[in-house]
Amino acid sequence: MAQPPSGGRGIHGLTGNSASGPGRATLPLPGSGPHATGLPRQGGGSGTDPAAGPGAAGAKGAGRLRRATTEPGRLRALGTLLAVLILGFGTITAWQVSDREAAAAQVAGRSERLCANAAGIHRALADADTTAAAGFLAGGAWPRSVRERYLRDIDTASALLVEAAADGGAPDSASRAVAELNEQLPRYTGLVEQARANHRQGLPLGGAYLRYAHDRMRSELLRAAEELYALRATRLEAERSRAEARPWPALGAGAVVLVALLAVQSRDRRRTKRILNLGLLSATLASVAALAWLAAGHESARSRLSDDGGPASRSVRLIDEARIQALQAGGDESLTYVAGGSVPTRDGEDFYEASYRERMTRLTGDVRGSGAGDGSILARAGQSADDAEGRRHVRAAVADAAEWRERHAAARTKDEAGDHAGALAQVIGDGPTTRESSDRVDTALSAALGHERLELREAAGSARDMLGELPLGAALLTSIATVCALLGIGRRLAEYR
Amino acid sequence: MQTARSRALRGLRGAAVSAALVVCCTSPGPPAAASKPGAGSVRAAAGTAGSPVAASAAAPAQARGRQATCDAPEASLRPSGKSGPAVKRIRKRGMLIAGVDQNSYRWGYRDPATGEFAGFDIDLVRAVAKEVLGDPDKVLYRPVRTNQRIPALLGGKVDLIARTMTINCDRIGHVAFSTVYFVAGQQVLAPKGSPVKGFDDTLRGRTVCTARGSTGATELAEETHDADVRLVADQLDCLVLLQLGRVDAVITDNALAAGQAAQDPTVELVGEPFTREPYGLAMRPGDEDLVRRVNKVLKAYRKGGADSPWSKAYDRWLKDDLRGVTGPPKAKYRDRPRTTPHTGTAER
Repeated sequence: MAQPPSGGRGIHGLTGNSASGPGRATLPLPGSGPHATGLPRQGGGSGTDPAAGPGAAGAKGAGRLRRATTEPGRLRALGTLLAVLILGFGTITAWQVSDREAAAAQVAGRSERLCANAAGIHRALADADTTAAAGFLAGGAWPRSVRERYLRDIDTASALLVEAAADGGAPDSASRAVAELNEQLPRYTGLVEQARANHRQGLPLGGAYLRYAHDRMRSELLRAAEELYALRATRLEAERSRAEARPWPALGAGAVVLVALLAVQSRDRRRTKRILNLGLLSATLASVAALAWLAAGHESARSRLSDDGGPASRSVRLIDEARIQALQAGGDESLTYVAGGSVPTRDGEDFYEASYRERMTRLTGDVRGSGAGDGSILARAGQSADDAEGRRHVRAAVADAAEWRERHAAARTKDEAGDHAGALAQVIGDGPTTRESSDRVDTALSAALGHERLELREAAGSARDMLGELPLGAALLTSIATVCALLGIGRRLAEYR
Repeated sequence: MQTARSRALRGLRGAAVSAALVVCCTSPGPPAAASKPGAGSVRAAAGTAGSPVAASAAAPAQARGRQATCDAPEASLRPSGKSGPAVKRIRKRGMLIAGVDQNSYRWGYRDPATGEFAGFDIDLVRAVAKEVLGDPDKVLYRPVRTNQRIPALLGGKVDLIARTMTINCDRIGHVAFSTVYFVAGQQVLAPKGSPVKGFDDTLRGRTVCTARGSTGATELAEETHDADVRLVADQLDCLVLLQLGRVDAVITDNALAAGQAAQDPTVELVGEPFTREPYGLAMRPGDEDLVRRVNKVLKAYRKGGADSPWSKAYDRWLKDDLRGVTGPPKAKYRDRPRTTPHTGTAER
């Protein structure tokens, strides 16, 4: 706000005091040049009078009021208004764009990572559960590969939980879900070890323990993991919407600035019969540039986020959901054999078999040809995939899931015909087993997921970059516009000296 | 259903409240219909009506007058070695198809190590196969769930059911039973040294576990002795809950309870059996020759005192945990098949 009294002439304001003192910059001071020509740059003289400033200041307060009804007073008021409007436009633009840029950065970074972390926790837990059941079917002792896979899953889940807790922030529903998972996981592994110990001794009690552990997994751990995932996914989607939202206040402020500038220029023309006021014209051009940059820049970022990021984000959610269903269907399948029909549904069906069928139907519906049934998760994921690679992965998953269902049905038929060993060989044996099919489904879905996640991150990243320079640019352009507008007004004021 | 229950439990740890909730949430039928007046809550409504199994699997004493009454349900056809259409059919197939349990330790279960079926019921099936086909191994074991026993039999999926099946008046209208090969009864299983001493007031304030739709559940619906009831899908789940300290005692039939005690040396049967449940092998009413043939097998099975196949099977599978059994039950016979077998099914 440092305004040297000598700075009264608008032209000097350009170099002497930037745009920071709009109100004062327009004050014509006693020392100002008594006249002005129409062209700003020509007014070279700067009648500085160091003594005049402080001396005049006391008298000016009363003078200002008086002058407000005079033309110079009106001009000063208009100049102030224009400066406030333009700077307001710059501020709102910088603020709104920074906010959208930050949201896009979240979508490309932390929020997306947290969402993937939650999906990873769910996957690791569900896979551990399925693997434990598969280990049971193998006989008294778990095969080494099964044991290792189970431990790897538990380790992965623990590590991801640590990450989730570290990234959780303030206590909220997400951190409660993480705490619940941290509390339940050791209990679950304890139950699985009890199941193993009993099973090794050839006691059916082992199977009962495993079913109990599985029940805990379903009703406590996986439920909490799903909750955590839903929270993270909701937040990610909210960030994307936030980045996408059109900055209406900024756009509106820009429009108001333009209207005001045009109105002032039109008034100027009417009153002075001059066609051009270079300062006001420059201010208009700078404001138009800022507004255009804002509109175009955000629109292209927005189109990246919604046209590319939107489908990718939907795909990620659908594929995560598909993985959840597929993994739990695998668990149900194994449990069908562990439980041996000891848990019926109300309709007298086997609980786990019914659950398997329900999940697989949700996953693929009725597979016809190479496409999943209408409305199924994979059908929707296929529709959502917006490029060839994404669709290829989903098609692969559908084909593998269809094969899985065939193998499963064949194994069930064998088991129901009394050939338990033959059925088990088709579930966990060597060669073409249902376990192999379910692993292939998971691999295909994992590839699809990697692809879609990358698309989402890239879209959000480029949107962030598109918005990156906008706040500073807008600040710069509106500063220039302010200065120019003040110069333009100052030029007219000078004519009253 | 499982989820609803565990959620309910998580929220409400108070034993009484949670047990009441469990019952309400899990029992499909109208609650408290059989609850004893003065028992004070819905705790006793252990899901009998509406449960698919309860109508006939639960078959406690006819003395209560809730069950159909009938003339000498345990009397079966006299033994005979004559081959009729049923035996010929099995011989032609070269394989006896038996409906069995695969989760009842010591009775009918799949040995986790070998994947083979084993148990007291399985030994009986093997003896029948030896008699009919000359080879005890020529058996196709088909696991059937409790509520699928009669449909599987009447639907022709199995030749006979050997699956701790109680003979009662409801069932003899649908299937033909062999003579009684074992008499079990509902009994209480508790940790050694537990204050619970039987199906009596020592249960007051304790939590007892039993399988949904079982006879135990029906009995508890009649009389809880002020205990809280926890219902589970399978009787063996009760042992898990007992070991985890979530229930204080288990009520199930002592044959199955013996199987539980055999898996955990720290629990034992306490008190006396409070129901009488005679087990028989079930066959189709039309397979008269098979029924007589099986009775012939059972007759030979009982014979020989301590050296009889029955006693050896008892010693091998049950003696350690099911004491107080002196020998096989006596066979009761009738000369003519029962008339007018129902065509409908009591169990779904």
